[in-house]
Amino acid sequence: MSILVNSQTRVLVQGITGKEGQFHTQQCIKYGTQVVAGVTPGKGGQFMDEVPVFNTVREAKEKTGANASMILVPPPFAADAILEAIDAEVELVVCITEGIPVMDMLKVKNYLAVKNSRLIGPNCPGIITPGECKIGIMPGPIHTPGGPVGVVSRSGTLTYEVVHQLTEVGLGQTTCIGIGGDPVNGTGFLDCLHAFNEDPETEAVVMVGEIGGNAEEQASAWIKENMKKPVVGFIAGVTAPPGRRMGHAGAIVSGGQGTAAAKIKAMQGCGLHVCENLGSLGKLCKEVF
Amino acid sequence: MKIHEYQAKELFRKYNVPTPEGGVSDSVAGVKDIAAELGLPVAVKAQIHAGGRGKGGGVKLAGTDDEVTTAADAILGMTLVTKQTGPEGRVVKKVLVEKGVGIQKELYLSIIPDRETACITIVASQDGGMDIEEVAEKSPERIIKVPVNPVTGIQGYHLRQVMFGIELEKPLMKEFSAVLRNLYNLFVDYDCSMVEINPLIVTDDNSIVALDAKMDIDSNALFRHPDVMEMHDPNEDDPTEAEAAKFGLNYINLDGNVGNMVNGAGLAMATMDIIKQAGAEPANFLDVGGGANAEMVENGFRLILSDPKVKGILINIFGGILRCDVLAQGVVQAAKKVKLSLPVVVRMEGTNVEEGRRILAESGLELINATDLADAAGKVAGIVA
Repeated sequence: MSILVNSQTRVLVQGITGKEGQFHTQQCIKYGTQVVAGVTPGKGGQFMDEVPVFNTVREAKEKTGANASMILVPPPFAADAILEAIDAEVELVVCITEGIPVMDMLKVKNYLAVKNSRLIGPNCPGIITPGECKIGIMPGPIHTPGGPVGVVSRSGTLTYEVVHQLTEVGLGQTTCIGIGGDPVNGTGFLDCLHAFNEDPETEAVVMVGEIGGNAEEQASAWIKENMKKPVVGFIAGVTAPPGRRMGHAGAIVSGGQGTAAAKIKAMQGCGLHVCENLGSLGKLCKEVF
Repeated sequence: MKIHEYQAKELFRKYNVPTPEGGVSDSVAGVKDIAAELGLPVAVKAQIHAGGRGKGGGVKLAGTDDEVTTAADAILGMTLVTKQTGPEGRVVKKVLVEKGVGIQKELYLSIIPDRETACITIVASQDGGMDIEEVAEKSPERIIKVPVNPVTGIQGYHLRQVMFGIELEKPLMKEFSAVLRNLYNLFVDYDCSMVEINPLIVTDDNSIVALDAKMDIDSNALFRHPDVMEMHDPNEDDPTEAEAAKFGLNYINLDGNVGNMVNGAGLAMATMDIIKQAGAEPANFLDVGGGANAEMVENGFRLILSDPKVKGILINIFGGILRCDVLAQGVVQAAKKVKLSLPVVVRMEGTNVEEGRRILAESGLELINATDLADAAGKVAGIVA
């Protein structure tokens, strides 16, 4: 078992003929993901390797039965691509693109609220159920199939670090999700925690947060009330100076809000096992889980 | 991207948000000309991207020709230190000269996006003219927040919630509504991440005027605002950070002495944290991107080495799709090219890590190999201690 994606997931790739699109599609296929279609307006009828390319998401979905989309299109066109996928009722939309204007994402988020699609990202590494389905740009080989740990994170390479440490100490993963580093995004910690809580194979969860916003605080409060499984929490950015955006658009401490200290305190207060030193995360998980 | 007050006010005028009459100049003679044209009294205001200018001596009122000259002389070229500039301050290159207006009441008005609700939030207060964070602390009930759904846009009830909330007098409501509606449209049209007017004043003759103007525009949206891109003032940039941006690197200068280079923003922050936990202080935040290459590593080295405080360097790369052996070659090439003279601890993990470590070990460079993150932080902290 896993959450959101598995070996049955049929993926279409928006922006499949671009440089990034081609490369990462090939990587996903190599990992075993069922990539059934690509979309690049104006290139319908062509093929990227073996994958048929269509002009619109709607057509790609109708002809191939795709139920998930991976978006790798440049930021000026990314919101358009997300909206097109939502409109075509693709169940799961994973947007990797970094640098989408906030105003565009505000519209996307409000449209999502009245539709049935789920969005992961933007500005994220994607989602992977090890051994079954990889929708994203994460390196496949660091993952270990079979669980029992679910991973949810706002970061990219930091997630790889966490997964790597889990694999090193012999803990496999059910599903790993990067929810992205943007201030306005689709799926949040809460949705993922909820899904992990319900997934019989996930026995424990690692939640990786960073400075900015208060998603970690809200997630911690939810965990305290509802979570049946142990959660290890980590927050990046203890040393981040206030008022500066630390690479990710959403990673900023402003007006005393969004500090690592406040998040760590919330996690501790809600019964999470807080990892204060990234170097020992794997070890801590081994002890707790 | 922040823009100057005078630039924000140009956009205000374009959107019919009233501002005092004025002009901008970089010379005392220019200031005198503008003042003569406007008529006295005038306000002379330093144009830097930081708040608290008044308290730092960057805003002066002038009622006579002599006072105009004195004010312009004092402000142009001064190093203005405010609580937002840091102790090094900012050199003032331009001033805005504005016609003095009689103030009856000072209000506060700002618009910001709200990440949580995906709305655009209007913030208003009848206690304008002071630090809004202070108002928020002392009398939070006097700050009104009205969320606007970007899909519906601003409606009459939003305007009414704001105006009744700040107890605006009825005769002013028509004009205030127009100002707020126009400001909202400006905010949306220009992809702002913040617009703030503090104070928004009611003048002696019952008009509403934006006495100040702060605007921050979403850098990710600049591609559709070429006019704003032209407003960029390189004087306001940290030179090293601007250099980094040219190479597509994310660099922020900090106070410590351990330079560090990491791929990915989250991992970069976590690396800074672990350096501190090992007893040292990070000298920077440097994200060379999830897919760093040899050229980026080389530019990263240059940036770190340009900081004289740096006594040791930690490279932490998680090789994913980009393999460790390729990265190791990049590090070796870059280190040779920049003639690296400082001790460098390298922690590398991921695909083809064994080959990567072999390349580093056989490079003939004094690179210190670390087995994991904790080991790396301990080693680099030991070096700079």
